[in-house]
Amino acid sequence: MASLPTTAADIAAAVSSGTVTASEVLEKHLAAIAARETDVHAFNLITADAARQHAARIDADVADGKPVGALAGVPLALKDNMCTRGIETTCSSRILEGWKPPYDATVVQRLRDAGAIMVGKTNLDEFAMGSSTENSAFGPTKNPLDLSRVPGGSSGGSAAAVAAGFSAVSLGSDTGGSIRQPAALCGVVGVKPTYGLVSRYGLVAFASSLDQIGPFATTVHDAALVTEVIAGHDLMDSTSIPQPAPNLRSAVGQGVARMRIGRVTDLPGGAEPEVMKRLDDAFEALAAAGAEIVDVTLPSIEYALTAYYLIAPAEASSNLARYDGVRYGLRAPASEVNAMYGATRAAGFGDEVKRRIMLGTYALSAGYFDAYYGKALKVRRLIADDFDRAYTQVDAIITPTSPMVAFAFGDKVEDPMAMYLCDVYTIPSNLAGHPAMSVPFGTGAHKLPVGIQIMAPALGEVPMFRVAGALESAARGLK
Amino acid sequence: MTSPTSSSSISAADVIKVARLARLDIDDAQVEHFTEQLAKVLEHFTDVDALDLSDVQPMTQAYPLANVLRQDVEQPCLDRDEVLAAAPQAQDGRFRVPTINGEA
Repeated sequence: MASLPTTAADIAAAVSSGTVTASEVLEKHLAAIAARETDVHAFNLITADAARQHAARIDADVADGKPVGALAGVPLALKDNMCTRGIETTCSSRILEGWKPPYDATVVQRLRDAGAIMVGKTNLDEFAMGSSTENSAFGPTKNPLDLSRVPGGSSGGSAAAVAAGFSAVSLGSDTGGSIRQPAALCGVVGVKPTYGLVSRYGLVAFASSLDQIGPFATTVHDAALVTEVIAGHDLMDSTSIPQPAPNLRSAVGQGVARMRIGRVTDLPGGAEPEVMKRLDDAFEALAAAGAEIVDVTLPSIEYALTAYYLIAPAEASSNLARYDGVRYGLRAPASEVNAMYGATRAAGFGDEVKRRIMLGTYALSAGYFDAYYGKALKVRRLIADDFDRAYTQVDAIITPTSPMVAFAFGDKVEDPMAMYLCDVYTIPSNLAGHPAMSVPFGTGAHKLPVGIQIMAPALGEVPMFRVAGALESAARGLK
Repeated sequence: MTSPTSSSSISAADVIKVARLARLDIDDAQVEHFTEQLAKVLEHFTDVDALDLSDVQPMTQAYPLANVLRQDVEQPCLDRDEVLAAAPQAQDGRFRVPTINGEA
């Protein structure tokens, strides 16, 4: 089994040509799950039987000479906030425990059509609210590189699944950094596409104007491949951009010669010195590869965290109003409907979700709307304007993904502001609606991985993947 | 009387009122806990209050699209039995809930 391919691209090529079977590839990943899942806890649900049946169908199709898709036989893990018809979708919340959606998310349909094989649904911070997976109602996921540390969040299970070899690729969702930050902490590639590039139909909503689905992978090329499969217009999402999926794989090897890469001179401080050292190394590597490094300023991003922690909870308080014990999920016993609502929500939501519902409800309540939500939306505009100005000078901007490497369990969970600071570099792209991704780039403190974030303007995935490919190549030569 | 500014700090009474608006039962210990934690998060908003935002248009959409409509033709919809199977209580093809407004 040692000779089996490991990347999604190699697996799909080998399965399609019949040199290996989807079943062999799947069994290798299921064996990895059997060996380490008890320690890592990446999954809320493992769908081994359905996966074996799916793999057998693909192998039969290959044997019959039928066409198979671009991800034929590629083991895939899905964040447990994406709807899978007839298969439990919990958002790691007691309020949705046991819920079986009556439909598939668009991304699930597209991945299945491409031949990807779902091995399970991954753990997350409840309703994607958190940066460590410690807010999961079903217990935290552990970082496969160091089990005493968090994998990041909220898509911590999906990042850990790829880092541990439980699946070749996975999907997460990113509202303020929930793909990029765990990718950085687990040493894998994570992509948040442009808002609207990937359909959100069937993604359980957290903050609808910020949420975006994207992949985790071990290589930049695999991340490009999965993004191509899931991107493109979808009638079921009214915010879906009416354009076909871009060709990203061809961008990965193009290099960065004559590209202009931005260095943010007024970047918020607080990152670990070893992380900032890797950022310097990244600029050096890009310059050596022929890019021009240009200083830019983003004066309003110092307010991004504050604006985000009003806008995201406000949207969440509205989106999570639907969990009322009427149509799905938990219902607490009560003789009257209002008592039922209050008791159901008290029993079903965890502490962080309650905190954000309260904050959002407060920010939207009569008398406070203009003072908080209205102002936060104006700050959002200032941040988008800053980026627009910067992108007249540069093609892409790089920063650290996370200010720190993977931290120990319990370090931040009692202090909401300390946890929120994990997202200081990732939030601005969500507010602007721009694409951003994290690429592993050497190690920092405790020899743990550091991620470099690449940001680009709306629909700037091609330049973003060019820079990502260059950083991935340069990372191989790092000390 | 001007509208409240964000510098006015959140009180326990505010927290109780907000919990009622959010249909979220909370006990006394949680009132204290949330009052303290929400105040801490809102404290950061004083930085934003110091900005002059009078000429700035609020940004409500990440990628502007308008009037997104589909063709007005029949489409398949979710299976009713499958949807109701997920409900805590269903009866006669409908969602069943406890008494509303004291009506039996």
